[in-house]
Amino acid sequence: MKNLLASFYAFATIAMAQGPLDPSLLTKPLSDSWPTYSGDYSGRRYSSLTQINQSNVKNLTLGWVSRVSNGPSSFGRGGAPTITGGVATTDSSEAGGGGGTSIRASILEVNGILYFSTPDNAWAMDARDGHQLWHYYWRTRGGTHIGNRGLGMWGNWLYMETPDDYLVCLDAKTGKERWHKEIADFNLQYFSTMAPIVIGNHILVGTGDDLDEPGFLQSFDPETGDLQWKWYSVPTKKDDPAFATWGDLDTAKHGGGNVWIPGAYDPETHLYIVGTGNPSPAYMDSPGRKGDNLYTCSIVAINVDTGKIAWHYQTSPHDTHDWDSTETPILIDGQFNGKPRKMVLHASRNGYYFTLDRITGEHLVTSKYSDTVNWAKGLNKDGQPMRDPEKDSTVPGALVSPNNGGATNWPPPAYSPDTGLFYVPTNDSYAMYYLTETDPRGAMGLGGKDELSVGSLGAYLTAIDYKTGKIAWRHRYPGTGGNLGNGILTTAGKLLFAGDLSGNLVAYDPANGNILWHTRLGNVSNAPETYLLDGHQYILIAAGDTLYTFTLY
Amino acid sequence: MLAMLTVSAQTPTQPPAPTQAGRGGRGGGGGGGFANAFPQHAPSDPAMVERGRAIYGVNCQFCHGSDARGGEGGPNLIRAEIVLKDQDGELIGPVIQNGRVDQGMPKFPMSNAQVADIAAFIHSFRVAGYDNSRMKPPTILVGDRTAGEAYFKIKCASCHSATGDLKGIGARFTDPRALQQTFLMPGGRGGGSVPPTTVTVTLGSDQKIEGRLVRIDDFIVTLTDSEGTQRTFRRDGDKPHVEIHEPLQPHKDLLGVYSDKDIHNLTAYLVTVK
Repeated sequence: MKNLLASFYAFATIAMAQGPLDPSLLTKPLSDSWPTYSGDYSGRRYSSLTQINQSNVKNLTLGWVSRVSNGPSSFGRGGAPTITGGVATTDSSEAGGGGGTSIRASILEVNGILYFSTPDNAWAMDARDGHQLWHYYWRTRGGTHIGNRGLGMWGNWLYMETPDDYLVCLDAKTGKERWHKEIADFNLQYFSTMAPIVIGNHILVGTGDDLDEPGFLQSFDPETGDLQWKWYSVPTKKDDPAFATWGDLDTAKHGGGNVWIPGAYDPETHLYIVGTGNPSPAYMDSPGRKGDNLYTCSIVAINVDTGKIAWHYQTSPHDTHDWDSTETPILIDGQFNGKPRKMVLHASRNGYYFTLDRITGEHLVTSKYSDTVNWAKGLNKDGQPMRDPEKDSTVPGALVSPNNGGATNWPPPAYSPDTGLFYVPTNDSYAMYYLTETDPRGAMGLGGKDELSVGSLGAYLTAIDYKTGKIAWRHRYPGTGGNLGNGILTTAGKLLFAGDLSGNLVAYDPANGNILWHTRLGNVSNAPETYLLDGHQYILIAAGDTLYTFTLY
Repeated sequence: MLAMLTVSAQTPTQPPAPTQAGRGGRGGGGGGGFANAFPQHAPSDPAMVERGRAIYGVNCQFCHGSDARGGEGGPNLIRAEIVLKDQDGELIGPVIQNGRVDQGMPKFPMSNAQVADIAAFIHSFRVAGYDNSRMKPPTILVGDRTAGEAYFKIKCASCHSATGDLKGIGARFTDPRALQQTFLMPGGRGGGSVPPTTVTVTLGSDQKIEGRLVRIDDFIVTLTDSEGTQRTFRRDGDKPHVEIHEPLQPHKDLLGVYSDKDIHNLTAYLVTVK
């Protein structure tokens, strides 16, 4: 029966080559395709493919290499046509500090085609040999060009956010623009990096902001681009229940909490579960910020049909270090205290790991996954770390772990049901936080402090047992520097793939961290992915401006 | 946009915080702020800004602060949505002229020209979280010199001496913060010279190769030997055996030991080591 099904799907794939995305793929366990940011809605980044496995991974070899380049011209870039859009009247590809081409995105694989992005740029590529099919270039009016986390797909349409706050809809076949809609006010210094998440007929879109503006999650109609709903992560009115966790309304309305990394989705409850960013001003403990500052630095569950919040759990009450909780939460079904339970797993930038019930938001586990973390005075009765005000930024300096980059950050974590372990890149870092704005009224956004790095005591690939929060194993990257990897893939072939800190793509045994295979690419820049085409499994990875695949022959 | 940048550069700078770039100018990574990636108002006629400053000082400053970042009851104007969207008073004007009586702001019967002057003054502030012109921190020296000296004797004196290697260290730094960063992690953000990290690679039973560590990962180690030659060795688990000698290890070990008070006391002591 299994073989019959496999042949059926193989047939269906060929028949649908270059065709639209079948939405039912999104709710199936991750297998042949990669149709959304995390592969499937669970956020696990666990592929059920087994062709590449522990017994043969040592034979993995290069499938193809393909290089792309940002910018308006397609000259010398593989001959694929560049289609130009955008609202700027002049070309300002330099605007916003873009720099070189670096693919820091999740790559979609649908019906034999890859779709991916960098800020202002999108590409379609043949997944069999890396041949470029089209390139779309958005002429920008500016905005923070820190990264773009990928595209969303609905039917034959692709969706991309731009740094200057547009949602652009492209024809997946041709790369031609269908429409673009403004999703946030550029004058308020919003910028947009998130990969749109497609759920039913909702395109979920988040934005960033490093001034004092409110964060929000929006849902747009995939056909028209019209707004369906908008959920603010901070109170905009006094009758909002979250207002009790702020000192005054003006501060709350400028309170940040941006939604800039995709969440996970539970089709049973219709809840989109996503992490929110830091309160703003980020480093100021001003009277207006008195309280926990909901719903900043929280895991929130939003009903995708209504845009209303169902539950929340705040992982950093009253954050004062810009430690977002946006790291993608992972949804799993598993045993907890001897009973089956539907859960959310999340490792926060602040150095703490959490297991929650994903139906109710009930707290189950908190643990500290970085040895050096020193900013909290322990946990309260709800399992939340309690901030130590002495570890806020101070004029003479406070030695704090982690540094602003965090014990982890946006690079995607992963989970394997084979091991029951949650995998996350981690860094034991220290920095001195100096307060430079003694007038708490004065600083805005990320201002008012100077953070000077002191160093790292070690960077790791860390595996956490979700039942206890304890570290099951961790692999220390050799050397004396510290940084974070770029994300993780696990597979039913009992493999874990991740880039290390030296530009190697490495396959590990997910049970113990033993190294099984590696190759040096020089600069791994995204999380590995996998897909199956023509009966062959591929491992896909980006290294700066270049995509590589690995396969078995 | 390039043209606007040129115009900005040619306009005389004006107090209190001139804009750095025209609308949509190229952003810098400076400190991660990327603020120049966003619209900033091109400098206005300095005479308008000065007239605006005077009108603002009389009518607005008490509630909104002399720097427009909020005062007695009035909110921060620089980050206010209306101000961010306003060009030359067209959005600010109605608020000034009609007031916001329900929120306690009275009407101000000003002419459109006066409104434009106030707008020019408010728009003269740079809109960004990072604003170097505001970064004037008071001294970081708050520690107890005597306690710092006692701590030095216990934790530092096994490697360092105030009359030996550290003689005159207080005079070598004009900024106590740089001195503080330097003892926390020499060679880092505070500067200072650091002995190199070295590595020993054991090839056979007796063959040991030593040198400066250039790079290491799970698969390769590269060192520079005493001849100045770079040598790279393939690693396969613990073969060959590799030992790293980190001269800053005692400094790293102290990071989890110091209290902030210890750090501040040490700084207060070290600035006096002449």
